[in-house]
Amino acid sequence: MPENAPPTPEPTPPGMQIGVDTWVEQADERRQRRTGVGGRISHLWELLPPAGKLAFLTPAIIVPFLPFMNEANLFNYGVFILIYALLALGLNVVVGFAGLLDLGYVAFFGFGAYIYSFLSGTHHEKGHVYTHHWSAQYSILLAVLICALLGLFLGSSSRRLLGDYLAIVTLFFGQAFVIFTNTTDPYGLTNGSNGLANVDPLNFRAFGQTLTISSVKGYYWFLLGCVVVVLIVLWCIAESRTGRAWKASREDPLAAEMMGMPVNRLKIMAFSFGAAIAGLAGSVFAAAQTGAFPQNFSTQVLILIYAVVILGGTGSLTGMIVGAVAIIVSNQVLDSTSPPNNARVIFYVALIAGIVLTLKPSWRRIAVALVGTAVFGLAVHAIVDAVWSRGTAGQVTSGGFLTGVIRHFVLLPTNPGRLAVYGYLLMIVLIVVLVQLKGWWRVVAYVPTLYLTAFVWENLLIQNPAVTRYVLFGALLIAVMTIRPQGLFGTAKVEIV
Amino acid sequence: MNPALSQQLRNLAGLGLGLVAFMFYAVYFSPTQGWVFFFQLTVNGIILGSIYALIALGYSMVYGILKLLNFAHGDVYMIGSFIGFGVLTLLGGPLSPAIPVALLVLCMFVVAMLGSGFLGLAIERFAYRPLRDAPRIAPLISALGVAFFLENSALLLFGSQYRNYDGYDLISYNGIHIGGDSGVFIQYLGVIVIVGAVLLMLALLGLVRWTRLGKAMRAVSFDREGAAMMGIDPDRVIAATFFIGSALAGAAGVMFGLLFSQIYYLIGFLAGLKGFTAAVVGGIGSIPGAMLGGLLVGLIESWAKGYLNGNVSDLVVFGILIGVMLVRPSGLLGTPALQKV
Repeated sequence: MPENAPPTPEPTPPGMQIGVDTWVEQADERRQRRTGVGGRISHLWELLPPAGKLAFLTPAIIVPFLPFMNEANLFNYGVFILIYALLALGLNVVVGFAGLLDLGYVAFFGFGAYIYSFLSGTHHEKGHVYTHHWSAQYSILLAVLICALLGLFLGSSSRRLLGDYLAIVTLFFGQAFVIFTNTTDPYGLTNGSNGLANVDPLNFRAFGQTLTISSVKGYYWFLLGCVVVVLIVLWCIAESRTGRAWKASREDPLAAEMMGMPVNRLKIMAFSFGAAIAGLAGSVFAAAQTGAFPQNFSTQVLILIYAVVILGGTGSLTGMIVGAVAIIVSNQVLDSTSPPNNARVIFYVALIAGIVLTLKPSWRRIAVALVGTAVFGLAVHAIVDAVWSRGTAGQVTSGGFLTGVIRHFVLLPTNPGRLAVYGYLLMIVLIVVLVQLKGWWRVVAYVPTLYLTAFVWENLLIQNPAVTRYVLFGALLIAVMTIRPQGLFGTAKVEIV
Repeated sequence: MNPALSQQLRNLAGLGLGLVAFMFYAVYFSPTQGWVFFFQLTVNGIILGSIYALIALGYSMVYGILKLLNFAHGDVYMIGSFIGFGVLTLLGGPLSPAIPVALLVLCMFVVAMLGSGFLGLAIERFAYRPLRDAPRIAPLISALGVAFFLENSALLLFGSQYRNYDGYDLISYNGIHIGGDSGVFIQYLGVIVIVGAVLLMLALLGLVRWTRLGKAMRAVSFDREGAAMMGIDPDRVIAATFFIGSALAGAAGVMFGLLFSQIYYLIGFLAGLKGFTAAVVGGIGSIPGAMLGGLLVGLIESWAKGYLNGNVSDLVVFGILIGVMLVRPSGLLGTPALQKV
């Protein structure tokens, strides 16, 4: 109903108004957005056929990793990115295509890993000896099939359950898996919290020949092949009758049912499909690290997969790859074993990117916020230095090339302890206040908030990067959902009233 | 007779029969100690159940008004517990309190309730309000993010070690014996928990039934758009609901700390799940249902601990949850959802 729209586009209140169609109203604005360089590139990208996207994406994943990395880094970055890309592609079927919340997804990953480990490996505990050395193609196949069946079983509970209840049942499924693997069962199948350690690498035996993948590079290529195959299959499915039916039943199950689509069967199929992909990822993962341990399948991993899917944009295949690269790189950089200075660089880059994104159209405001923070920081530092010298006497945690800047900018008390905790709480309060403010007041509020963020980072967060990353991923889920629910590459939902 | 009401009465009758049958089994045929054991477990279950009921109320109220499953509720409870601990430490700790003990406990409750209430307000404002008209899955993911954010923030701020309330040192190790020294034993702490929970629940019932806010809450949960057309501001009512629900969770957190002494950053997860179980068993969206459900979950957990063993009690509780969700999704006191087309 565009002709009923009021002549002057007022700032639209939250929610839809009767007779106003914001999507149509903003059509020109969206076209405008296409004109910049970035806009043109994204437009071209959308025009590209999927095969062309794939041709671009594949080298984009390979190039940064293969030549420049040693074995450990290739495993921590390359292999992990591909594993999570696979997992995200599988979860995307459930969450993105079919619109079901599956909080037990990580259990399928675990089942895949444990089944592979059990079928191809040696374990003896509690007097039971399990020695099976199945050829990898059979054990992977069986793992995938069993996971698909489990998905079928779990999905069939969605028949009777509303959306939220389904989420809870799947959450219990995931928890039950964790409890089951952590508790040593009487037959020693899972070996409790110690996990299964003696797992074969991928041994493909056929026609008297054996092909063993033993190097990290080999796993990298193998996983890359898996990701490409899964991408192609998923793209075909997404455009097929089934894929379109999934999307229809996601948007409106009732209408889909009325159009003759078997909604229940579609839901179960999506569950089963996602579970199968997770099973594949799990079995390759177990082979790559030659073991399967309960802590590999914890809630943290689930949140990580969700962060990938949500950041990339539910429903978008490209998004899953990009999301996996972004999330896994930041996850590994913020690991406690990685040098803290890398984490610091990433943190400040992300902070500045956040400012630029939130204040985007006005470069003047961005400049004021950044310069203001710099001046404010130097001033505070000088005052505190004069009044309370212990407040600036602390050491910079492995500062690298930024040491000088940080020492003269951020307050570093000799024993931050409680002060850092109060700083963290105050930072959250300031962010809460900041979001409430409008216009220039918000720019002014940026200054102390940014400075305090730097203070908290240097004094508290950088000591515990492994915890910090989960705080950040939690915040990321909230921020993406509230600011840009379609993620980086998803398509915005159009609701016409 | 109203079909929904007769359904509820049948549910309650079935529940009562089941409980009586279980009681007879436990008292006469159980291999363990007979009736004293049974009633001791029952008393423990009621104490535990009143904590779960308080958590379940927040879940149920939020679900009733927003149709949103607030995953972060358990973590609000955890934060409330830590706030109570902070007040306790600031005012001298359990062994040398700076002010009279009764006043100190009151302070802990009030500050923890206010703190978690405001936390609930902030969560609603940031994570849920922007998603009011989004697809159903969006606030769920956002809620997951909030839960994870709170849990790890607590880990960052308070560390992973246990904090000790030492509630028995603070108040008393003693209690009431019923039926002689070998009879049923109720600690004074347990009495405090039950009395506190009952008072809070009565206050809530009174608020919902007799105040303007309560009336507005009922109206908004019945039909949000209709209420808005009648001049009620749904955003304010929803914010108030979050405040009240989170404050109750904070009180439950302090009770848990006093009763079980040890708190740490992960207590919210399991407690949240059990509170949710209680809300579903009682009929999500129904306030008396949440109370009944909480009591029931506490009792079942306590009995399962006594008659089976400690490890399986959680599995029993969650098995019951899944059973209820599959067989009778509207719970004991809920009204069956009519889907309008």
